[in-house]
Amino acid sequence: MALSLEKHKMPEQDPKVRAHNFDEVALGYDEETAVAEANRCLNCKVPQCRKGCPVQVDIPAFISKIKEKDFDSAISIIKESNSLPAVCGRVCPQENQCEKHCVLGIKGEAVGIGRLERFAADCSMAKNEEIQPIQYAADAQKVAVIGAGPAGLSAAGDLAKKGYKVTIFEALHTAGGVLSYGIPEFRLPKDKVVQKEIENLEKLGVDIEVNSVAGRLFTIDELMEEEGFDAVFVGTGAGLPHFMGIPGENLNGVYSANEFLTRCNLMKAYDFPNHATPIHVGRNVAVVGGGNVAMDAARTSLRLGAEHVYIVYRRSEEELPARREEVHHAKEEGIDFRLLNNPVEVIGDEKGSVKELRCIRMELGEPDASGRRRPIPVKGSEFNLPVDTVIIAIGTGPNPIVASTTPGLDTTKRGNIAADEETGATSKPGVFAGGDIVTGAATVILAMGAGKKAAAAIDEYLKKKRS
Amino acid sequence: MFKILKKMELSPGVFHFDIEAPRVAKKALPGQFIVLRVNDEGERIPLTIADFDREKGSITIIFQVVGASTQLLSQREAGDSILDFVGPLGQPSHIEKGMGTIVCVGGGIGVAPVYPIARGMHEAGNKVISIMGAKSKDILIFEKEMRAVSDEVLVTTDDGSYGIKGFVTNALQQLVDRGEKIDQVTAIGPGIMMRSVVEATRPLGIKTIVSLNPIMVDGTGMCGGCRVQVGDETKFACVDGPEFDGHLVDFGSLMSRGRMYREQEAEEKDHVCRIGLGGEK
Repeated sequence: MALSLEKHKMPEQDPKVRAHNFDEVALGYDEETAVAEANRCLNCKVPQCRKGCPVQVDIPAFISKIKEKDFDSAISIIKESNSLPAVCGRVCPQENQCEKHCVLGIKGEAVGIGRLERFAADCSMAKNEEIQPIQYAADAQKVAVIGAGPAGLSAAGDLAKKGYKVTIFEALHTAGGVLSYGIPEFRLPKDKVVQKEIENLEKLGVDIEVNSVAGRLFTIDELMEEEGFDAVFVGTGAGLPHFMGIPGENLNGVYSANEFLTRCNLMKAYDFPNHATPIHVGRNVAVVGGGNVAMDAARTSLRLGAEHVYIVYRRSEEELPARREEVHHAKEEGIDFRLLNNPVEVIGDEKGSVKELRCIRMELGEPDASGRRRPIPVKGSEFNLPVDTVIIAIGTGPNPIVASTTPGLDTTKRGNIAADEETGATSKPGVFAGGDIVTGAATVILAMGAGKKAAAAIDEYLKKKRS
Repeated sequence: MFKILKKMELSPGVFHFDIEAPRVAKKALPGQFIVLRVNDEGERIPLTIADFDREKGSITIIFQVVGASTQLLSQREAGDSILDFVGPLGQPSHIEKGMGTIVCVGGGIGVAPVYPIARGMHEAGNKVISIMGAKSKDILIFEKEMRAVSDEVLVTTDDGSYGIKGFVTNALQQLVDRGEKIDQVTAIGPGIMMRSVVEATRPLGIKTIVSLNPIMVDGTGMCGGCRVQVGDETKFACVDGPEFDGHLVDFGSLMSRGRMYREQEAEEKDHVCRIGLGGEK
């Protein structure tokens, strides 16, 4: 049988239809397609794909099991290294990770590793298997996890499986971090996937305390000295949204992507007034930035009823940091990409609401420190985009609350918590950190990888502490 | 779930709730706020802490019914619970002994959040002169409480039904005219009141602290919705504030941002609920 050079197509909602609903865009492989896609895997003697995976999932092994239609074994293999496969199968930037290294990618398309991971995870979720709670030893040591996002959930899962009593403290009223407030329903279903993963963790025996802002309700020192926690993992994520610092940014109708997406995803503003949180969209929306968050904000705007949505990005298509699939989906849905453009001012009307976004055209010069060609403004090329809403999606900085209330916890110049890359160990004994609070805004899987490494290091640390 | 221990209607549409939240009460300090959510469909509502009782484990909040969410909250009774209650958030007020004479200005329900600050200042041994402003006598709140923690209290009413006829700035002017040496003014109330106080103290060079209550979602720095222009910097009221140097705050932008959803919510107000949720409209 000749090997197909292309991946099996992912069934998707029609772009015209899906641009107006919040249901998941990608529908997932059926069994037949999954097995056929798995059969494209050559099962290389020296598999390259694993190198690209931040948590080193044994990719060829799980794909082999799918070939054999042994889906239970496939998911077990994935779960040995990845505690949130249904999430990662959907949101990982596979083209820069596992699939980038697949040898099939040299002549054609890589094996659809992400799609197969999702298939295995969804099969397992559909079966709704009983999860056996962990039987803790009477003298089990206690670990506190700050933040119920990807880093914290992954650390908590691993630590619980090693027999530690884990309590996760979450600032918001719902666990999940960016999986709940940030990534939209149409890319990552909340009830079907995120909540289920969280429930599974709770069934395992992990306690989750919502409405608990570390650094305010309690300090890290209090957790360790008064509440008997033997170690703490800090995974508070990328907290504060960056703004551009251009005139007019405080006008009504200018949102950070964090606020816009939180209103829609976490507070369900798309269902206003049944859900009480309002959101302003208007007819024309400009989203500033070119990452996944920008794509999410743009596509969310469309679903909330905007007629015309622009992505304004200062570099060119090649430099767009978003997953390729998100860019592709956004284009299919009719998002208008204004590349090599940079906002210089938000212009308001007499009521203080956004009326226009003034931009300047850019051209690419020599490569900068990031290795990407530096965008340079073209003199005199300013123009105005008529918009009602501007969403700033240019990244986030670290939340200061934990660092500023924890003496002895060193931070970097940028305010991120300084932690060892391999272990997550910080300057404070017993305190580990990982995910965006350490690296700055990155991906779900990198945060999970950091949570995983830290869990292993905490295990080492606590074993030593005990002996 | 967080139980409502006590409910009082202080004046029409203004409510006093004591909420059982022992961990929050243990940590709360004057100047901080909480965020609450009544039910699963609810908005996250930020409210400045009006009082805290560490022994009873309760937090007092005072709120005025202004929209659907505060309406819903007002319909909860003592013994009922609310779903989410998170805090204490924000930076506490700067209170220490030897700060001198502090004038605490509260306008409308702004008297409630200024009360723990006045008390803190008083307990620290500072001289506290309080100015309480209300539209009329019958909607003045917290008078007894404020008198208990102040060396002197001046009341102003817009209609002259009690105390000085006029605004809080008239009372402030009286203090200045009689030669009172004021070291700091802390003013909490509607934006327009705080702006008037700030404009009155600016030429006199009196340090003036204001506590802002802009629209916010999470209250922990994540959304940036509460951003406010302070001098040449954009600050987040939730993590950098809620108190700021009033002389640096851009009140025009602050008040405009406060009106962001007014039209949308007004449209909703005209909507007649068919399933009996909205209460009286």
